[in-house]
Amino acid sequence: MFRNQYDTDVTTWSPTGRLFQVEYAMEAVKQGSAAIGLRSRSHVVLACVNKAQSELSSHQRKIFKVDDHIGVAIAGLTADGRVLSRYMRSESINHSFTYESPLPVGRLVVHLADKAQVCTQRSWKRPYGVGLLVGGLDESGAHLYYNCPSGNYFEYQAFAIGSRSQAAKTYLERRFESFQESSREDLIKDAIMAIRETLQGETLKSSLCTVSVLGVDEAFHLLDQESIQKVIDTFEKVPEEEEDAGEGDAEPEAATGAAGTGEQGGSGDQDVAPMEI
Amino acid sequence: MTTFTVPIDNGDSVRIAEEESQRTLYPYVTGTSIVAIKYKDGVLMASDMGGSYGSTLRYKNIERVKAIGKHSLLGASGEISDFQEILRYLDELTLNDNMWDDGNSLGPKEIHNYLTRVMYNRRNKFNPLWNTLVLGGVKNGKSYLGMVSMIGVSFEDDHVATGFGNHLARPILRDEWHADLSFEDGVKLLEKCMRVLLYRDRSAINKLQIAKITEEGVTVSQPYSLKTFWEFSSFHNPTAGAEGSW
Repeated sequence: MFRNQYDTDVTTWSPTGRLFQVEYAMEAVKQGSAAIGLRSRSHVVLACVNKAQSELSSHQRKIFKVDDHIGVAIAGLTADGRVLSRYMRSESINHSFTYESPLPVGRLVVHLADKAQVCTQRSWKRPYGVGLLVGGLDESGAHLYYNCPSGNYFEYQAFAIGSRSQAAKTYLERRFESFQESSREDLIKDAIMAIRETLQGETLKSSLCTVSVLGVDEAFHLLDQESIQKVIDTFEKVPEEEEDAGEGDAEPEAATGAAGTGEQGGSGDQDVAPMEI
Repeated sequence: MTTFTVPIDNGDSVRIAEEESQRTLYPYVTGTSIVAIKYKDGVLMASDMGGSYGSTLRYKNIERVKAIGKHSLLGASGEISDFQEILRYLDELTLNDNMWDDGNSLGPKEIHNYLTRVMYNRRNKFNPLWNTLVLGGVKNGKSYLGMVSMIGVSFEDDHVATGFGNHLARPILRDEWHADLSFEDGVKLLEKCMRVLLYRDRSAINKLQIAKITEEGVTVSQPYSLKTFWEFSSFHNPTAGAEGSW
């Protein structure tokens, strides 16, 4: 990104109507390791790449259970993600306590977005540097949302965020039309294959990814390494060429997130503010 | 009893005003029993339209059963002003719920639990809402019927009754309620309970409403009266067995 004279604090507009600090926060999301979400009519799968800092350390947790019916995968500043997950858990449990009923995920996502917006309009705060893929169930079925540091949120059939997520997005774009009617197993397989796309040639092993599932009759939980490896074994018999890594990534902008009709491309443009995607 | 003092400076001297904190000590205008049952298509709830001021039957046109949102009915016995306060809370709650406009809505279970929280919290502050509430409703084909008392005791059941109804209506309901009552049988059962209450509860009046809630919505009947029979032989000469008494 370029140096700008209007980027010192979040409450300064640029002459072209941009808040650079917010855009820089969204860059932080792109630097984090990849997270992927997909949904069908009845299930949502969240998956992420686990890259440890060094061989000596363990990897960071990027997928959190918010409630039996809501889970979140993050990319970006993990610390910010952890704090927001705690907020989400708190909102969810308070709602359950008062109404003895699960908090509709659509409402949680709006609370989260409003919280993020506050940080874009206070001079003494900074935006959260984390993108959240929130998957959950409510009365109207399964939903997948993406919350970004700008305070915007969008609903998706499938989405990927973080570094090299474009490869995963390209894979998902080819397949997303079938996801609504997918079985649970196919959805998990598609998630793991999308993860594979972001690894760009590295062999896919179950130790490199975390996969979680929630559904109409299934509380949110992480899949164990064995189950993941079994799915990998069904397609990773011969390491395949990354045929979609070279596809272009400048796609036309759609208007703000259409509900459940597909995903957005176009990360990496320089003329339009990313927050407007 | 907590009192606190507020010093007031009126120029010459300082007077101290004592303010006793306001909390409910006893009810003033009260409604009597509510009786409600689950039936085939939903829930039926009956109440009379009386508001007693102590032993005087002062108000005869009080609606003690109200529709809440799209899916619920709330009936109350006890202090009428507290019932009106609760209706205001629920109005705010359902308004905010509607404003989300997102395909989700609060069902009877959620409202029942919300009310339980409210009643229990007030009880803990020694400032109760002096009501026993009956919450019935239907959502997504499932019927729901529950009760909350002024001390926050809360439960669900197939048939409930408050006040005198606890003693007079419950035994009838236990004997004669069964699942999948038709609308006509449900109304007959409720009327049987209400008739006993009319004979035996001195704060009951002969003007009642029966409200029905089904998946389609709420209907509250027009007020009507029950037929009563007073020609029992022992009523003709009640002191026959004990001359001089009444």
